[in-house]
Amino acid sequence: MTLTDRLRAVFVDALELPEGVDVENLKYRDIEQWDSLGHMTLVAAIEDEFGVQLDTDQVIDLSSFKVAQDMLRGLGVDE
Amino acid sequence: MTLFTLGQADREARLLPELVELTEHHRAASPEYARLLAALGHPPGRRYARVADLPWLPVRLFKHHVLKSIPDDEVFTVLTSSGTTGEVSRIYLDKAAASVQQRMLSATMQTVIGGRRLPMLLVDTRALFTKRRSFSARGAGVLGMMNFGRDHTFVLDEQDRPDPEAVRSFLARHGDQPFLIFGFTFMTWLYLYELAREHRLDLSNGILIHSGGWKKLADRAVDNDEFRRRFAQETGLRHIHNFYGMVEQIGLTFLEGPDGGGLYCPDFSDVIVRDPATWREVPVGTPGVVQVISTLPRSYPGHLLLTEDRGVVHGVDDGAWPGKRFSILGRLPRAEARGCSDTFAAAA
Repeated sequence: MTLTDRLRAVFVDALELPEGVDVENLKYRDIEQWDSLGHMTLVAAIEDEFGVQLDTDQVIDLSSFKVAQDMLRGLGVDE
Repeated sequence: MTLFTLGQADREARLLPELVELTEHHRAASPEYARLLAALGHPPGRRYARVADLPWLPVRLFKHHVLKSIPDDEVFTVLTSSGTTGEVSRIYLDKAAASVQQRMLSATMQTVIGGRRLPMLLVDTRALFTKRRSFSARGAGVLGMMNFGRDHTFVLDEQDRPDPEAVRSFLARHGDQPFLIFGFTFMTWLYLYELAREHRLDLSNGILIHSGGWKKLADRAVDNDEFRRRFAQETGLRHIHNFYGMVEQIGLTFLEGPDGGGLYCPDFSDVIVRDPATWREVPVGTPGVVQVISTLPRSYPGHLLLTEDRGVVHGVDDGAWPGKRFSILGRLPRAEARGCSDTFAAAA
């Protein structure tokens, strides 16, 4: 699976997204599932899936699917 | 990186022009604030020699007035305080303000916990979050701190009972390296301290961040010094930082220094303690009413606020960090707190 596919699956799973959500254009607080509590679950799930550790600033900066994608690329996760 | 670098003279010189600019910004953006300034005798263009001369608002005004400096369609979030009387403050943030407050809180906390997210023990119950759409103010406070941690572990179970097994297992995983502990002051004492003492738990690698005041511990004769002394003696925990902040100046956290000895102001902020009869600044060592000062609020006129807390400045440029070193002594009596804002309510 590509990075994008894996990340999409993590988002759907961690945030319990209903079908039909445009995951790749999702931004923090666009939907009720991605609130500050959902954010904690999402960060933990991303760390588990990709074997990375995000620091505090990265957790705060992680405000959209696209930012998460770029962040993981920056951390050397394979496409 | 640290946000506790400015001595008092440099701080005053840096804050004054920024606060004057903010005052004019809010005057132009908020008609209600402009009316308040006019009523207080602060017309546009007035010159100020000191931060202490700038016009301040009692924090209570945010409970009765819509004070905001952004148009309705730019309101990103409205924060509310927990009011003991049912009244709540309403604080309006746009996207930029929400982002700035999160960043400054983070930068402040990183002074004492670093940039890495540490394993985190929360002296609270997971039940805080079972009703997802209706967090209490306490829940919101806990959530805000969770960004700084990982492997979040709760000290209390779903029925609010201390869970020694959860804590023991957390310490087995993480106790040999730095870890973070967060809790409200009274809960930290009632649940974590007692639990650690009873089960002889070693918290010596912990960094405790706590807030909320001492009122609920007064009958146990536990004050800040006793809290620090007994945690160190019984559990080995020595990295302890009390903090003070309020929703009306979101993003600003006054943080206790590494050796105790009082709270310090981040570089973008300050405190002034005033005499409640004359409103003049009192000398070091004299208790009074605490005014809090922050250059962060742009979306609402909360840069210069008189709190309803009593406090005392212990010293200036004489502690572990530069600037003023102070303590909060408790809430003002209610009547006195009301009195503080009556003049303003009449003017508005």
